Amino acid sequence: MTDGNTAKMPLRAKVASSVSRTAAALSRAAGRGDGSVIGGWIGLKIDPDLLAHLANGRAIALVSGTNGKTTTTRLTAAAVGVLGPVATNSFGANMPTGHTSALAKAGHTPYAVLEVDEHYLAQVIAATTPRVVALLNLSRDQLDRAKEVAMMADLWRTALAGHPDILVVANADDPMVVYAATASPRVTWFSAGQRWHDDSWVCPQCGAPIERQADQWWCVNCPLRRPMPQWTVEDDGVIDPRGAWHKVNLQIPGKVNVGNAATALAVAAQFGVRPTDAVGRLSTVTSVAGRYAQVMRDGRNIRLLLAKNPASWLEAFDMVDHAPTLLSINARDPDGLDTSWLFDVDFSPLRGRQVLITGDRAYDLAVRLEVNDVPFRHVLSFDEAVTSVPPGRLEVIANYTAFQDIRAELDRVN
Amino acid sequence: MSTDSAISIVWIYPDLLSTYGDRGNMLILARRAALRGFPVQTIEVRSDQPLPNSADIYLLGGGEDGPQALAAQRLLADGGLHRAVAQGSVVFAVCAGYQLLGGSFFAKGAKCGGLNLLDLHSDRGPSRAVGELGGTIDPRLGLPPLTGFENHGGRTHLGPSVAPLARVTTGIGNDGSTEGAWRGKLLGTYSHGPALARNPALADLLLRWATGMDVLAPLDDTWSDRLRAERTAATAVS
Ligand SMILES: [Zn+2]
Repeated sequence: MTDGNTAKMPLRAKVASSVSRTAAALSRAAGRGDGSVIGGWIGLKIDPDLLAHLANGRAIALVSGTNGKTTTTRLTAAAVGVLGPVATNSFGANMPTGHTSALAKAGHTPYAVLEVDEHYLAQVIAATTPRVVALLNLSRDQLDRAKEVAMMADLWRTALAGHPDILVVANADDPMVVYAATASPRVTWFSAGQRWHDDSWVCPQCGAPIERQADQWWCVNCPLRRPMPQWTVEDDGVIDPRGAWHKVNLQIPGKVNVGNAATALAVAAQFGVRPTDAVGRLSTVTSVAGRYAQVMRDGRNIRLLLAKNPASWLEAFDMVDHAPTLLSINARDPDGLDTSWLFDVDFSPLRGRQVLITGDRAYDLAVRLEVNDVPFRHVLSFDEAVTSVPPGRLEVIANYTAFQDIRAELDRVN
Repeated sequence: MSTDSAISIVWIYPDLLSTYGDRGNMLILARRAALRGFPVQTIEVRSDQPLPNSADIYLLGGGEDGPQALAAQRLLADGGLHRAVAQGSVVFAVCAGYQLLGGSFFAKGAKCGGLNLLDLHSDRGPSRAVGELGGTIDPRLGLPPLTGFENHGGRTHLGPSVAPLARVTTGIGNDGSTEGAWRGKLLGTYSHGPALARNPALADLLLRWATGMDVLAPLDDTWSDRLRAERTAATAVS
């Protein structure tokens, strides 16, 4: 199993790459997910430098942030696809094992666009020497075990300071991201809007308060302030650095995804892709690992939305139609064990529609909705939810493992 | 006290101390007061604004190290909370806000001066305390067991003039044996974020302290009761 890419590798890396692909295939055949984690894990056991070997010779973009990285990665891969084949970890396996597996599976490609868990960004930069790093946002997420937001910004900052050649594409609207990105001398700024501000009232650089007015923000004490973005969103389109407006036709909902499209076009531009050539490809993205997927069951058109943390819940409410809505909350390991964040979300946009709740932690949600004056009904299963609503649209918003549970009910819809 | 007869609830510095759904405590107090027919006024005071001196209830939430240290400086410079406490206001503080009430705490590796409103001080523990927190509450307060979630690196040592809020049955709290502290109408706990969501009786205690009423009309706490039962069962098996 050699090809153009593996031919240049040391023998150990070739063996590791091959075993990695075989293990992934076996794992898929055994019905254990898509196999990308187990394959990468075995490959890295045989050759700890396998990721670096597989990355060698490719032009790579890394996409990281708390929210939107899976969708932005998919949009970016579509945009860069103008130039040729692109390797990508499209199943959201966003740690080095997932990257290893994705690159091994893709074989030789001139390009790769990889989603990276924000905790692993420094490590993956070191292993893959990317041409571009896109920084989307940083907000609270699974705080019972994740690094605090400001600490994460510091880690990013240190990682970028050590790699001044990287072209950084960063969100001008997020003070945490700006603080991290300004360690790099080569930043392209985009503005994708930011609905969530509660993690950036304090300047990460000096600790003084941050003031906001309309789109602008600035530290009252030090020079940190919103940079002028070169890429912005206007209506349902993206304005490029030359001032040209490109209409974006997306099959996935929400203003936030127009922002993600702007990011994708900005990253692709770093590879020389013109936005006019790339923008049409963005409409090929319909659903992303089940997110935004629509499924028919018993006359109900069920649409799945993933919301993992307060910022992404706000975005989800912006996307849903005025239709019956099922909310499902778990607090298993991948979700974070703490449900306190429910009180950071204002559920009042759901008032006036039929609301159903389910999941391991439905009672936490029940108490939250009661305080929020949102009437609801508790259902014990996904099937009960489906039969509780009239034929037509059923919106489903769930956090991570609850989302996977429902996806499993729907035969692992993608 | 502050404006006509409404119960005034001040949330102190939501821009600094609001890491884990802390808004919930304000919303829950306001709702439980309103359901009993009390007029309620909620006031969010940012760290660049002066603190009112004479509100009925003050809330302090959780926060990361930098904001916690900044909040302590602002509150000491402002003096409003000290004046309110001298006038008999109620203070409910969680996590970083709880540590602030003591003489000193650690933030970013440095010892910081606290507000000296409760006889306690905090330092760094050997490990981060993360997980379910439960305990039996001081019988003088007449409350059912405390249940909550904690997430902090500090350990808190109580002096002789405060009482622990609870004896720990699950989790760490102050030091693995006691949890939280109270004196007069000041009460602090490591049960973080929206602690009152799981402890409606504690919310009512704060409202009784604020209104001076010994008894409040009962409310339908079906969902809170289910949540408490579910959490208690979950911590019993693990
Ligand atoms: Zn500053």
